[in-house]
Amino acid sequence: MAETIAFTLNDKPVSVTTDGQRPLLWVLRTDFSLTGTKFGCGQAQCGACTVLVDNKAVRSCVYPVRNAGGREVRTIEGLSQNGDLHPLQKAFVEHDALQCGFCTPGMILTAYSLLQQNPQPTREEIIQGMDHNLCRCGAHTRIIDAIQSAATALKGGTSR
Amino acid sequence: MNDNELLNLDFTDIKIDPNLSRRELLKTIGGGIIIFFCVGDSSVLEAQRRGGRGYPDDFNTYLKIGPDGRIACYTGKIEMGQGIITSLGQMLADEVDVSLESVDMVMGDTSVCPWDMGTFGSMSTRFFGPPLRAAGAEARRVLLELAAEQLKVPQDRLVAENGVIYDKEQKDKRVTYGDLAKGKTIARRAKEKPSLKSPSEFKVMNKSFTRRDSAEKVTGKAKYAGDIRLPGMLYAKLLRPPAHGAKLKNVDTAAAEKIEGVTVVHEDDLVAVLHKNPDQAAEALSKVTAEFDPSPLKVDDQTIFDHLLKNAGNSNVGAHGGNLEEGQKQAEIIVEQTYLDGYKAHAAMETHTALAQVEGNKVTVWISTQTPFPAKDQIAKALSFDADNVRVITPFVGGGFGGKSAGQQAIEAAKLSKATGKPVQVCWSREEEFFYDTFRPAAVVKIKSGLTKEGKAVLWDYNVYYAGERGAPQFYDIPHHRTTSVGGGFGGGASPHPFATGAWRAPGNNTNCFARESQIDIMAAKAKMDPIEFRLKNLKDERAIRVLKAAAEKFDWKPAPSPSGRGLGVAVGTDSDTFVAQIAEVQVDKRTGRVQVKRVLCAQDMGLVINPEGATIQVEGCITMGLGYTLTEDIHFKGGMILDRNFDTYELPRFSSLPKIETVLLDLKNEPAHGGGEPAIIIVGAVVANAIHDATGARLLQLPLTPERVRKAITAIA
Repeated sequence: MAETIAFTLNDKPVSVTTDGQRPLLWVLRTDFSLTGTKFGCGQAQCGACTVLVDNKAVRSCVYPVRNAGGREVRTIEGLSQNGDLHPLQKAFVEHDALQCGFCTPGMILTAYSLLQQNPQPTREEIIQGMDHNLCRCGAHTRIIDAIQSAATALKGGTSR
Repeated sequence: MNDNELLNLDFTDIKIDPNLSRRELLKTIGGGIIIFFCVGDSSVLEAQRRGGRGYPDDFNTYLKIGPDGRIACYTGKIEMGQGIITSLGQMLADEVDVSLESVDMVMGDTSVCPWDMGTFGSMSTRFFGPPLRAAGAEARRVLLELAAEQLKVPQDRLVAENGVIYDKEQKDKRVTYGDLAKGKTIARRAKEKPSLKSPSEFKVMNKSFTRRDSAEKVTGKAKYAGDIRLPGMLYAKLLRPPAHGAKLKNVDTAAAEKIEGVTVVHEDDLVAVLHKNPDQAAEALSKVTAEFDPSPLKVDDQTIFDHLLKNAGNSNVGAHGGNLEEGQKQAEIIVEQTYLDGYKAHAAMETHTALAQVEGNKVTVWISTQTPFPAKDQIAKALSFDADNVRVITPFVGGGFGGKSAGQQAIEAAKLSKATGKPVQVCWSREEEFFYDTFRPAAVVKIKSGLTKEGKAVLWDYNVYYAGERGAPQFYDIPHHRTTSVGGGFGGGASPHPFATGAWRAPGNNTNCFARESQIDIMAAKAKMDPIEFRLKNLKDERAIRVLKAAAEKFDWKPAPSPSGRGLGVAVGTDSDTFVAQIAEVQVDKRTGRVQVKRVLCAQDMGLVINPEGATIQVEGCITMGLGYTLTEDIHFKGGMILDRNFDTYELPRFSSLPKIETVLLDLKNEPAHGGGEPAIIIVGAVVANAIHDATGARLLQLPLTPERVRKAITAIA
């Protein structure tokens, strides 16, 4: 049944009239043409579709758009501010922490959520926090390095 | 493959008038200085010709210097993460004398790029690289010629540097590349063998650069096939059989058709439901009811090996020498083993995707593919369109690994666009991806080998079934040897595989290296020799010896026969003209059979390294992906039904499964550049299996090395 769902998307108020059961992933990719959020598995097993809802990582492929109502949704397109890359994005570039790039938006947003909860994670905590995001190209060690270096860069400042 | 030929291509001028396609090309790409280049008729391109069609003999490489001074490289190669967007750019930038930032890569668009077989086989740097460099050198020569005219200075006084040419005796007499190209359309064909830069002149090559596409990829701006949006486009979901071999008996689409906004297409076996939202198309497809005849296939993942052996056709004898009977006589110790390897999925994070837009008798298709030009021909055939009316555009590809070479999803999208008159996207679900993947083939390797008590290998009788020949010929110094192969790795009409198989990163070589390097390790243990000493004693190939010694030295290897209890394994292999040696350290939980790989050191001889950072990343990726086929990945199936449908049961390597990875690239800048995308994956299975033996004394003969198999092998020797 169609319903109107209002939420904040990348700092802008938006609303969409659609079936509230639809996965947020497809609403973002089709209704809003925000294609940085990727489809990888459809069952919350790979993390390619990760977005932030109220600054927490969620798997948008199984997250009903209705649940986003009244909340703040952030996709990879909304992470950099005024053209400046977020320290996580910068660190991924500097560490070459990606190859094909398909898992990258989900990796960065999962790491963002991790650093929100634990601003100075140990290497082991990063591994635990990222373990349910899959990367087939094998950029893992560089991703860990990038997150560590972003955590250092963010130290003392706000996370945005 | 003779590498020297790469440096001695015959760059003769082919004196023919520009043909129509080139004229059209000039129209499309606009003005500037354009250099056409032909690789020429050289045996180095035989590998590319295996598909039945050679490189065009008119031109196959070209580049353009625009009035803005930017150099555009047009290539049919594609970027799927392997990093040629950076390394090919480096090769060109160095030869033309510009910075890497001044080079634009235009990739995988069949309307502007020269024909290319595809991006696979670690061939981009090896085979496309040399003509690209030559074209760059020719461009530089033309620029110097033009500058001499314009500045009225003899050429030998001119210096080209970073996009500017100046008179070395009067430095303010200068002209930029952009100014030389302005207002001109000059098409040149390379006339003579250009002189390439020598390693001492490199400014961009053999230097580390980070990826050029990462800014787009970390911001979500990078477009993949599924990210292209066209007005009025529809998303299609297709009816699929429950098992390979199951035939559609009847279908009822009435319920789906009643849903608002749904279009149903039913043409022969193609049943598709389309909607402006992909999730709603999927929802509508679930309302379609269908009956299928059961699949006649009976084989499963347990019986597959017997099935393959029973259906084995004639064997091809490959490398051989000496006399096996004589070897048998000389041998004091005989080792006879059978090695097994199951089907593996490519499991790229991006599933097969295509968007097709049919307009009249023309079609444009955006595809996640490693083979844009073959896909173009396939689509033309499927739609009965003239191939000239088919344009394939390849955006960024989200991982390939050999799996994105069949064009099924593009044909589906093209047919549906033709049927509906609208742009149609087909993006496979993960379940479809596992179902239609062209798996790495299940395979059996039987080896009988012999050695003397002093540890000299004298007999090698190697028989591979269905992995393919790549990596099968051994490179040890064994006087009496023979290698035979049954069935290619790529399936085909008479294939006994129950479903499609195909190229999987270094096709065949992973299975062949697992068998060969395990067998060599067993022989070393029988001779009570250290596995590196045993290999060195039985190697004559200088590159294999050099790379193995480099690995041992960097690892600080202390010799000891296996099992030493340390959990250290060794393996060496060759692929794409590159040699690799690895040493791994593992920890085995003897109670559970769980293996944790702690450290992998990889030494790699890949000749000239264009981008050391990029090459290192490829090694890391190979080792990581290799740990998947080594420890967890295996396709489970029953009859034609694929039981692994997502990542819950098909387990990819994760952050927590990774070892410390160290890469040692041999510094060989005076040698030709060899392949880099695949070699380091080939020996991961062997090096881990050998390390498990060293830790426990248990020998694993089947991939993957699951906890259950490890536990069983340990129990068997207790």
